[in-house]
Amino acid sequence: MSELKKNADKFLDDLMEVYPAKVMKNRKKHVVVKEGAGQEIAANTRTVPGIITNRGCCYAGCKGVVIGPIVDMVHIVHGPVGCAYYAWGTRRNKGKAREGGQNFLNYCFTTDMQESDIVFGGEKKLKKAIEEAVELFQPKAISISATCPVGLIGDDIDAVAREMSEKTGVKILSFNCEGYKGVSQSAGHHIANNKLMKEVVGTNDSPVGKFSINLLGEYNIGGDEWEISRVLSKIGYNLVTTMTGNSTIDEIANAHKSDLNVVQCHRSINYIADMIEEKYGLNWLKGNFIGVENFSKTLRNIARYFGDEGLIARTEEVIAEEVAEIKDTLNSAKEKLNGKTAVLYVGGSRADHYQGLLREIGIETIVAGYEFGHRDDYEGRDVIPYIKLDADTRNIEEITVEKDEKNYSLRIPADKVDELKKEMPIADYEGLMKNMADGSLIIDDLNHYETEKIIEILKPEFFGSGIKDKYIVHKMGTYSKQMHSYDYAGPYAGFKGAANFAKDVEAGILTPAWSYLTPPWNKEPLLKGKVEGVEEAC
Amino acid sequence: MLDYTKGEYKERSGLKVNPAKTCQPVGAMYAALGIHRCLPHSHGSQGCCSYHRMHLTRHYRDPIVASTSSFTEGACVFGGKSNLKNGLLNVFNIYNPDVVAINTTCLSETIGDDIGEIVRSTNVPEGKTVIYANTPSYQGSHVTGFSNMCKAMVTHLAENTEEKKSDTVTIFPGYVEPSDMMEMKRMADLMGIKYTMYPDTSKVVATPNTGKYEMYPEGGAKIEDIKESGNSMASIALGKFSSEAAAYELEKKCEVEPFIMKEPIGIKATDEFVMKMLELNGGTMSKDLEYERGQLVDIMVDVHNHYHGKKVAIFGDPDIITAMTEFVIDLGMIPTLVLTGTPGKAFEKEIQKMFDEAGLADSKVMASEDLFSFHQLIKENPVDLIIGNTYGKHIARAEDIPLVRVGWPILDRIGHGYFPIVGYKGALRIIEKISNALLDHYDRTCSDEDFELVQ
Repeated sequence: MSELKKNADKFLDDLMEVYPAKVMKNRKKHVVVKEGAGQEIAANTRTVPGIITNRGCCYAGCKGVVIGPIVDMVHIVHGPVGCAYYAWGTRRNKGKAREGGQNFLNYCFTTDMQESDIVFGGEKKLKKAIEEAVELFQPKAISISATCPVGLIGDDIDAVAREMSEKTGVKILSFNCEGYKGVSQSAGHHIANNKLMKEVVGTNDSPVGKFSINLLGEYNIGGDEWEISRVLSKIGYNLVTTMTGNSTIDEIANAHKSDLNVVQCHRSINYIADMIEEKYGLNWLKGNFIGVENFSKTLRNIARYFGDEGLIARTEEVIAEEVAEIKDTLNSAKEKLNGKTAVLYVGGSRADHYQGLLREIGIETIVAGYEFGHRDDYEGRDVIPYIKLDADTRNIEEITVEKDEKNYSLRIPADKVDELKKEMPIADYEGLMKNMADGSLIIDDLNHYETEKIIEILKPEFFGSGIKDKYIVHKMGTYSKQMHSYDYAGPYAGFKGAANFAKDVEAGILTPAWSYLTPPWNKEPLLKGKVEGVEEAC
Repeated sequence: MLDYTKGEYKERSGLKVNPAKTCQPVGAMYAALGIHRCLPHSHGSQGCCSYHRMHLTRHYRDPIVASTSSFTEGACVFGGKSNLKNGLLNVFNIYNPDVVAINTTCLSETIGDDIGEIVRSTNVPEGKTVIYANTPSYQGSHVTGFSNMCKAMVTHLAENTEEKKSDTVTIFPGYVEPSDMMEMKRMADLMGIKYTMYPDTSKVVATPNTGKYEMYPEGGAKIEDIKESGNSMASIALGKFSSEAAAYELEKKCEVEPFIMKEPIGIKATDEFVMKMLELNGGTMSKDLEYERGQLVDIMVDVHNHYHGKKVAIFGDPDIITAMTEFVIDLGMIPTLVLTGTPGKAFEKEIQKMFDEAGLADSKVMASEDLFSFHQLIKENPVDLIIGNTYGKHIARAEDIPLVRVGWPILDRIGHGYFPIVGYKGALRIIEKISNALLDHYDRTCSDEDFELVQ
């Protein structure tokens, strides 16, 4: 990669040669060749029309990501049929019903708005839908998610939620997450966080056990959360809730009773992590459950936070035991993959989280970027005071919370927290760029054109991204692994997850099919016969 | 699985649960991919475009590329004009398609953006074409969107330039797979019939891996052929819901006589398709095709015992399941329930007529319905087989009923982009699938002493 560093300007010119001047000016701010520290990147700005972005919308960030995984709620999508349909079973947030509880993850609920609802308003139909949902499913709670036209026609879903909640006695949460809000999925995360904080967290005061923690920003894709919590409970922790993979509404309501929030996906959940700290005194620790080293470090940090000798010792025992089980798998993958390079382009967190695990199997990440990360996800939380809100995101509500005098408590003394902050990321995240090598490339809101160019120029062996670019990359002869859906496999988090990932990547890069891209008649001399369109057999 | 679905079917008026349809623009995007060197463009907020690309990609396991106007909140207030204009210019500069086919979403439709006016006021580069269809998501379904884009191809491109009609037949294949379009063309070729087909996604969404990515693959109907279709002698519109609008538009605009037919799925519909082509164009019946038909009849007779009298519930898109219903009746099966999420009384009428003719007094047909109802009705009246898309797998598992995957989307199996379900060949494949599904289920559930080696 040092070559890229030397020729950074030429590389950037090559990457952007086709852009009209205005687009080039815009895109250049979203691309950084890493050199030392303190570099700035533009992020969380509006998408250039026509550029073929991979981004989704606010609704996807709210309903698809944060709210949808709550298993015992009926999630009603208020809009025409598409939005509900595309978010039905496509994001692999697994979940199980609790004993005596419910799980609606295999269902898709929508008001299926018709033209008449657009013309005369859809509130009546929404109310009817809620009545029918209560009658048919008797859910613990209901969510209403707004889609594009709802805001335009002025349906007041908050009022409907209040009215119907009184009428039915069921908790109803309304989310004004119209697709056009903000510039990406990110706005939807924020909207979801606000509502969970305002109307859910703190409404259940069930007692919790010793060493209680919450996992924040973990959505149990392919069973990730189950693998993480397996290890946590083996060490001796009590998991109060996860936000929101495999969670229930009551568990989330009880989150404030916990002793520590461990944050995986900073982008989607940092709002609520901060607010819970502010209101209830609960510290949050940035964790990373992906890769042996990162997961082990996170486990050690959690143990040190609690400062219990037994926990600390047990943590080391469990790590040793777990690592022993998987090290052969990782080593054997590393032997075969050592020296290969990766591009990671994933939503708002995995492009950082997976770099360690890839390194553990011998693969260096040379390009990384987010669809919708903010500057703090790239540069670290230190830059937050300097981030300017632009016109496109200014309308996303910022809420403030106050200390809850009754329930506020510091789990460990403030000076102890200050001491720990020197050693571990408490209320802190250092961002994606810091751990990347000089000369690597960081790129925000990567588009189709740049994807092609990067593969052509840098020729990575591994492209970790999503479904929309997977097959484009395959056609270019490069293995592409879906880092959102895990190509329908998983878990990839935790120790067993690391082994699963290693095996899957090894299979993907080494599958014999790659050797057949060029047919034999195009590479071997033909004794008889000739190939159409070719003058002479070579 | 689906533990909260109980047997008592009751009409609902507010809540859709597990829809058997999706929204218009994805169908329009698919149709647009059937034009050579065309980039579909979604005029709305970018979430729609990502979802539609995602869903088509999952179904085809092939690149599906499309651009979007990427609305922000500001654009919702002031209209999406500058987003679309800038978007189009960026698309031509960066991606260089020959054609851009714009679809709309519920957002731009609710705002009331005038796409035609915006396109006319945009400096489209010389030699490039922009077509557009209004595809409001709150009307109809993805099939409607497909139909609207097919119609737009006629509106914007087809021209009646000659005094005398040519000897070419225009075929509107309907919302079917690339493999199906390929099979229709093979059949026409075998009979020596001149045709133009559009849209045509064969060689667009089922492309080979050669190590070299082509953003615009070799397939797709050529612009000049679509233009020329205005001079064709007649059009055959396969599938009323997906193709009729385009055929009528071609009649209105270019005086090309339309023939609206079923999708050629099953023996009867394929016979009708073949007969119509021969009748229109005076081609000769191909010996090879006749041989294939004979093979199909042979298998129908030989293994009728695998499926005769079995009850089947069918769901999916109206054109596909209309023809499927006819075919299963021809196989001696009993379609007890036929359901589509797409609205349309015409569909219900046509299926009811088939039931009446076959003397199926207890069978039910429903349009504008969802899979929650489908499941409830199956609980009330159990069946031996379900035919439908991937979304039937939960019900199949819940009730332990074999599922034959037919239609769109199929997200969990391969084959649909490569092997046809239309024509005599396709009918054979459907029989193979039905027979396998029923026998696999029997083998898995029968007692040891009833386990057969030969079946």
